Amino acid sequence: MNRFLALVGRDLHLALRQGSDATIAVMFFVLCVVLFPFGVGPEPNILARIAAGVIWVAALLASLLSLERLFQNDYEDGSLELLSLTALPLEAVVLAKTLAHWLVTGVPLLVAAPLLAVLLNMEAGGFGVLVLTLAIGTPILSLIGSIGAALTLGARRGGVLISLLILPLYIPVLIFGAGAIDAAITGLTPRPHLLLLAGILAGCLPLAPWAGAAALRQALE
Amino acid sequence: MPAFAGTELTCLRGDRLVFTELDFRIEPGEALMLLGPNGSGKSSLLRMLAGLLKPFRGRLAWDDLEVRDEPDQHRRRIHYVGHLDAVKPVLSALENLAFWARLGGADDPRAHALDALTRFGVPHIAPVPGRYLSAGQKRRLNLARILAAPAPLWLLDEPTVALDRAAVRLLEGIIAEHRAAGGMVVLSTHADIALPGHRVLQLDEFSPVAHDDEDDEGHLVDDGEHAA
Repeated sequence: MNRFLALVGRDLHLALRQGSDATIAVMFFVLCVVLFPFGVGPEPNILARIAAGVIWVAALLASLLSLERLFQNDYEDGSLELLSLTALPLEAVVLAKTLAHWLVTGVPLLVAAPLLAVLLNMEAGGFGVLVLTLAIGTPILSLIGSIGAALTLGARRGGVLISLLILPLYIPVLIFGAGAIDAAITGLTPRPHLLLLAGILAGCLPLAPWAGAAALRQALE
Repeated sequence: MPAFAGTELTCLRGDRLVFTELDFRIEPGEALMLLGPNGSGKSSLLRMLAGLLKPFRGRLAWDDLEVRDEPDQHRRRIHYVGHLDAVKPVLSALENLAFWARLGGADDPRAHALDALTRFGVPHIAPVPGRYLSAGQKRRLNLARILAAPAPLWLLDEPTVALDRAAVRLLEGIIAEHRAAGGMVVLSTHADIALPGHRVLQLDEFSPVAHDDEDDEGHLVDDGEHAA
């Protein structure tokens, strides 16, 4: 546990010192959403209708943006090799790096999302559920993304490859995330959507680090 | 007595046979020096001993227990220093080293890290960010990992690259001390490094001989002609 926290701490430390990953993800998220009123026109009803979907799609893309670097730096400078030789199991290494990735790129999205909801004229009833779905959903994005990052390690143009591998897997998260907000706005209960999202998270939590570690072993051979 | 031994090890990289039927044995206090021309498999053997590379054939055993059966325990007993320095440019030398000390299980990682830097003669680089370190300083920082947390078996892949004479002398002293305390060292090198009473493993002796391959292929072709 001590080692796990040491790795999470180091990755957060690196992210804060370099500063770019966290700000780029959230800036991209904001800009991506801000583009929509220019594209579809400033009609408040239309914006309110598409708000949930737009914010969720932007969140997917923002989380994808920095995934390519998740293992890349450690792989190139030899740290990953050494991490695989410590007493910390490789599955725990993947989980620790994923957790750090979520804290750096996922959490700022939670903070920015309500502001963007105001911008898109979303109904006030959806705000709480929006933050809740993102809080359950963005860890899933990081977890599924870690598999893609591990699989594309060492590949040329890994960033493009990762999008092709991972975006289709994000579809269920998008459906239930945006569905929960729509349900809350139309006065239905968002509970089933939220439970399904939580179920996906519960499934990904053990499976993604396991799959990611298997892919890393392949890359390190 | 704990001993680390490999029997009939074969290394296959891609479809190229690097070495075959390689045997070695190392006991506490001993040093094994891997020699051989480029491409003879020194790095591959060290990676194999570290568990980064699976032997194509043969077995590796620690105290007659197969390494393959207990990879977690094996990781705790080795320090591997490869060609890459694993130095993070935005972290200071001390932070870099303390992280590895903590992962290695040292109880007071910062104190151990500072002590290790001092032993390698570079205590002054402790607060310097990794991106300002010279190649030799990075190398010393990477080597300092072997002192920052204890492990009985050191696997050093060309540790003298980028080191100056003074640093090589320091490394020799540190290795001698490790061996005196019952540690084991396996290292590959092209440069002169004095390891009193070391054993040598000449890797080109285990490389599959080229003309044998051609003979084998010749037989195959002959057989094919007979069959036709």
